[in-house]
Amino acid sequence: MLSLSRSLRSSLPKAARLNCPRYITTQSSSTTPSSSETTTSRTASFGFKTVPEESKESLVKDVFDSVASSYDLMNDATSLGVHRLWKDSYVSALKPGRKGPMRCIDVAGGTGDIALRILDYARENYADRETSVAVVDINAQMLKEGFRRFKKTMYHNTPQISFHEANAQALPSEVFPDNTFDLYTIAFGIRNCTSIPSVLEEAHRVLKPGGTFACLEFSRVNNPLLSTLYDQYSFTMIPLLGTILAGDRDSYQYLVESIRKFPPQPEFAKMIREAGFATGDDVDGGAWQDMWGGIACVHKGVKL
Amino acid sequence: MLAISRTLRATDIARVACSRLSSSIHRQQTAYGTSTRFSSTTPAYKGHIPLNWFENAFLAAGSAVMSLADPRRGDMIAALGETTAGPSLPRLRDRMLESAEGRKVLKDRPRVNSATIDMNKLAQYPEGTFGRAYVTWLERCGVTPDTREPVHYIDDPELAYVMQRYRECHDFYHCICNLPVNVESELALKFFEFVNLGLPVAAISAAFGPLRLNSQKRHRLFSEYVPWAFRCGGSARSLITVYWEERWDQNIEDVKRELGIWDPPEARWSRPLSEAKAAAEKRRRETAPQSS
Repeated sequence: MLSLSRSLRSSLPKAARLNCPRYITTQSSSTTPSSSETTTSRTASFGFKTVPEESKESLVKDVFDSVASSYDLMNDATSLGVHRLWKDSYVSALKPGRKGPMRCIDVAGGTGDIALRILDYARENYADRETSVAVVDINAQMLKEGFRRFKKTMYHNTPQISFHEANAQALPSEVFPDNTFDLYTIAFGIRNCTSIPSVLEEAHRVLKPGGTFACLEFSRVNNPLLSTLYDQYSFTMIPLLGTILAGDRDSYQYLVESIRKFPPQPEFAKMIREAGFATGDDVDGGAWQDMWGGIACVHKGVKL
Repeated sequence: MLAISRTLRATDIARVACSRLSSSIHRQQTAYGTSTRFSSTTPAYKGHIPLNWFENAFLAAGSAVMSLADPRRGDMIAALGETTAGPSLPRLRDRMLESAEGRKVLKDRPRVNSATIDMNKLAQYPEGTFGRAYVTWLERCGVTPDTREPVHYIDDPELAYVMQRYRECHDFYHCICNLPVNVESELALKFFEFVNLGLPVAAISAAFGPLRLNSQKRHRLFSEYVPWAFRCGGSARSLITVYWEERWDQNIEDVKRELGIWDPPEARWSRPLSEAKAAAEKRRRETAPQSS
């Protein structure tokens, strides 16, 4: 691996510069075929690797099967508990239950963090026990964890909560008919989906006119100092914490890489508009709201 | 053969040196273009995860805490060993180079797992041989040679092999010293390994491991096993130089005399662990799916 001079490096096309031999370990441990073997099929990104589109779903499934049992512990350890603040802020800004009982769908919501916050917010602030949340996740292990968590709450065995195993890109229309929900939430899940436009289309389909689409996701940090620190922390500490606490370095390597591959805020806002939602302006505070400098970000859109 | 192995080792060293020099400053694509990260980044062998000094220290501390909290996390004890090895591995490699048998081990690089060890063949050796004693010990304790984590955090491929060899030969040390796999015997063996081989992880395990014993077992450990470990481990030959796989047919008492090892005080042998049974079941299911 030669280190090239700055001028030579800047003259290379951007794609050629994206090589990270440090992270070759994720390549050797994965069993994906090289994309050159299937040049006709479309490709998707799996972290910093490129994989055939069909494989991304099963690779992501493997990752989440592996992390499911220690998911909540690892969230607390890697974000030092800050993810709780982000999720609280996300749900409070949505004010579920303010205009009466809502039907909510929480996609990629496996362990039930957001669903629980929605139901608690409606109950505590508006004495609302009719708001319901349908938790949807493609991974059965994550749903199992969510089910276990809800068993410890007052919502277990009530119509307020239901769990469904489904693909966010193709929600079954028998269970999720058109124009059904008032609120569609997806927290820290959309970057793992193979085709973001498909997810947005499905969100548009199942929401009622006037319904809100709200996505909480890791996003681009624009401040250079914060970005450097954040990168160092992500690529150094998070895989190590994964090794130590969960015994699984590769899944956490994938997670931090997938954050870098997600479109930045204006691009994602554009994708939301293209799916048919109305958003605010392309500024922080408009179509999106940055948290902690862009480490996390809430994108909102309304179906007209 | 020796010339080839020498060349291979030289190219390994050259490759690591080049990768160190040229990729010690590694540029990584981020949102802003390139950013500089200081670490040796080219993997030198399959499974190699290069770490910089901070990551190494963090993993050492984290794996130490985790090993104490959950001793069944074999991968954490392995990580602790690799991150704290430091200069002890080159010293062990040099000890291997000093003896003819050790040089042969470095040249052949034998691995110990159920693919390379034919348990059925070993079981047929006559009573009193090392091979037979090993198989008997495996069954008595209920373990298999398959449970060792591969090496990830040692940069030099040859030293990585030395570490792997140490880890895989641990069971041979159990067998030759006639110790079972319970906590107090493992600790006795850790004391022995520290005195004999000098690895820091053995010292750390020996220092903190006894915290998990009750006072009676701790007393027995320090009054009976530790003196044995110090005396025997100190006077015995360096066990990393032994080519165990060529000694299956030798009489075990002869081997012990040659290496300078004598038995520790009688240990407590309990019921075999379920590992070996589960592994044997899995093997049977995989190799003969059409049976019964």
